[in-house]
Amino acid sequence: MAITSPENKLWWTEKVGRAELVWITIAFLWGVFMFAMMVWWHLEGNQNLSNEVYRVVPETFEEKTVAFTEKYTVREEADIPVVKPDPGSDIYMLSRLWEWWPILELKKGQTYRLHLSSMDWQHGFSLQPVNINIQVHPGLEHVVTLTPTQSGEFSVVCNEFCGVGHHTMVGRIHVID
Amino acid sequence: MSVAAETGIIGGIAAKFRTCPATGLKIDIAAQNLIKANAVVAIVFLAVGGLFGLLVALTRWPAVKILDPDLFYLVLTAHGLDVLLVWIIFFEMAVLYFASAIILNCRLATPRIAWLAFILMLVGAVLANVTVLQGESSVMFTSYVPLKAAPNFYLSLIVFAVGALLGCFVFLGTLVIAKDEKTYEGSIPLVTFGALVACIIAIFTLASGAVILIPTWLWSLGYIAHIDTVMYKLVWWAMGHSSQQINMAAQVAIWYAIPAILMGAKPLSEKVSRMAFLMYILFLQLASAHHMLVEPGLSSEWKVFNTSYAIYLAVLGSMIHGFSIPGAMEAAQRANGYTNGVFEWLRRAPWGNPAFAGMFLSLVLFGFLGGISGVVLGTEQINIMLHNTMYVPGHFHATVVAGTSLAFMALTYLVVPLIFQREIIWPRLAKWQPYLFGMGAAGISLFMMGAGTLGVARRHADISFSDATLSFDYPPAAFLMLGLNGMAGILAAIGGGLFVVIIVFSVLFGKKVDASNIVEALGPMPQKRVSDAVHKHGDSGTFHLPGTYILVATFFSAFVLYYFVNWKYLSELWQLG
Ligand code: HEM
Ligand SMILES: [Cu+2]
Repeated sequence: MAITSPENKLWWTEKVGRAELVWITIAFLWGVFMFAMMVWWHLEGNQNLSNEVYRVVPETFEEKTVAFTEKYTVREEADIPVVKPDPGSDIYMLSRLWEWWPILELKKGQTYRLHLSSMDWQHGFSLQPVNINIQVHPGLEHVVTLTPTQSGEFSVVCNEFCGVGHHTMVGRIHVID
Repeated sequence: MSVAAETGIIGGIAAKFRTCPATGLKIDIAAQNLIKANAVVAIVFLAVGGLFGLLVALTRWPAVKILDPDLFYLVLTAHGLDVLLVWIIFFEMAVLYFASAIILNCRLATPRIAWLAFILMLVGAVLANVTVLQGESSVMFTSYVPLKAAPNFYLSLIVFAVGALLGCFVFLGTLVIAKDEKTYEGSIPLVTFGALVACIIAIFTLASGAVILIPTWLWSLGYIAHIDTVMYKLVWWAMGHSSQQINMAAQVAIWYAIPAILMGAKPLSEKVSRMAFLMYILFLQLASAHHMLVEPGLSSEWKVFNTSYAIYLAVLGSMIHGFSIPGAMEAAQRANGYTNGVFEWLRRAPWGNPAFAGMFLSLVLFGFLGGISGVVLGTEQINIMLHNTMYVPGHFHATVVAGTSLAFMALTYLVVPLIFQREIIWPRLAKWQPYLFGMGAAGISLFMMGAGTLGVARRHADISFSDATLSFDYPPAAFLMLGLNGMAGILAAIGGGLFVVIIVFSVLFGKKVDASNIVEALGPMPQKRVSDAVHKHGDSGTFHLPGTYILVATFFSAFVLYYFVNWKYLSELWQLG
């Protein structure tokens, strides 16, 4: 029994049953397959998280975001600038207690280099209802290449707990045709 | 066969012991008392933490929203600590002492140190609760820097961890004594081997905890200026995730133990089962990776290699147990005479015995809900869709509530008669308890996963964003999911509360157990034998196990199907590169 010492003191010499061996083989191959699937998706898939990351001082990131915002602001929404950058350009969104800033207006089908970083604590970039979720750290500038494939109004919910105002932290991305 | 303690020699040294009327084993009184104390404290904290869980679930039910945001974050922090840390680890201490001193017929090494461990853990647990309830430490149990809690928050966890570490050494010491004093013959039993695996992982885990919590404590006191946020997570999860592997090893040991006690089940192959346990040690240590799949600053190569624990070999370990445990049960039941058709062995299993029902539900829910969702969630790219959504707590309530907690409850139904020497009071009510709790736990898991699939954020006080400048409407189905989650939470709380009440009343007022009623006290069994149920023919070479093949094939099909469905969803996301 499992709660007594094995009756056969030389238990490691016992033969393993065939069914068990078959199952171990299937399960092992499935593991290899799942491993290969992740690798393959890096080569062939269109949804992979970029590895482009730089160390950055929060103030520097803020300056870059402000400069970007001033250059491309087209209007305001709830007192937040709405920024319409050139297709294909570098775009910035900073996170801080408790907002995503500024609002972006992107063109469907265009590829942008989105720079993300935090001014204070960690935040969670959760693009809804698309459901793309990326962790945002202070001190790290993460450059994510993003191509909207739908148009409409999208929201950025914070999904990393960041203190008492966490549930009020919502940003916006518009995608136009 | 006397119930009163006698003093005598166990191995080389005099210790107080009694003789177990069921097994004839000598039960060291010191070990018995320590098991009792650790189990009782575990259950008290399950009650407290479970209540917090209910409040959390009711707050996340948008139509109920029982707590204000401040209080919600506080209670959520306390919930995570009390159940994941305190309930689980106290109970694991009881399991370690049981699997060493009791199963090996041995005295416990250094009971004084075991008591010191107990006291440190208790002090840590109480201090953690007091600190969190004071309100300055609502940082969630993960306390990601630079969120800062009161210094006592970190200190309490360090004290708790030191206590648990001492307990691990007592376990190891007991194994050494048992070997020296030859209290068993040949190799240690499989269940003890599983506990040994849990203990080794625990030592790694607690060391990682020290490496991260001590500097963080100093930082909170102002002695250290800066803690790297990515490094913190990496080391924190070396503790946080590995400790889930402790749970895994402990609960698998229980999955082997209960059918052994009730049915006389014997592992199909000692070699295979032990190797599967070993895989947990060999391939888990980098599992913190799958908490960091959408983190900047770590390369994809690192993520792919480590999230798969080197090609999913730890998952392979669990899949092997997923075959050999039902296989062992089927073989034993067939040997007990239940040979009709494919599933008579299962139909005629002791479903009315809460130990068995709890164990089997735990196995099935863990595998189907927790295991599959965990592998899918931990796939590097798929994690982009699910990271930090409600899918995550959905997944781990399947593993740690429906799986581990239910397994621990199941074992408790045997520990009460065997160690507390009391009958379970209200056996008819006890019969239903695992089903209620299992259904509730399965419900919260599924509905949280459902909400997460729809994008709902975890650890979030208000998904209607009523105080936000900009707003967002989650789809109505998300609100429905959270409502259903609240209802399932009530069911789980009733099931959990029933467990606490039954066990506390049994321990206090249950009928005393001695040789005359020990067998009945263990609950309904397929055959009325406890200690002599050793079968020569558990080997799958002798037995054809069609029922197990069907169960495992069903599991595998569900796994493969669900895996591909998620890749399909992923392929429809905006392009990312
Ligand atoms: C009555 C039973 C329980 C209910 C209704 C319940 C419900 C919940 C809910 C709704 C959440 C919050 C999800 C969120 O907003 O992020 C949660 C979090 C959590 N639960 Fe439970 N739970 C129960 C029992 C347990 C048990 C027994 C354990 C562990 C063994 C557990 C471990 C956790 C952990 C670790 C968290 C995460 C806390 C965090 O995000 O910091 N729960 N639970
Ligand atoms: Cu935030």
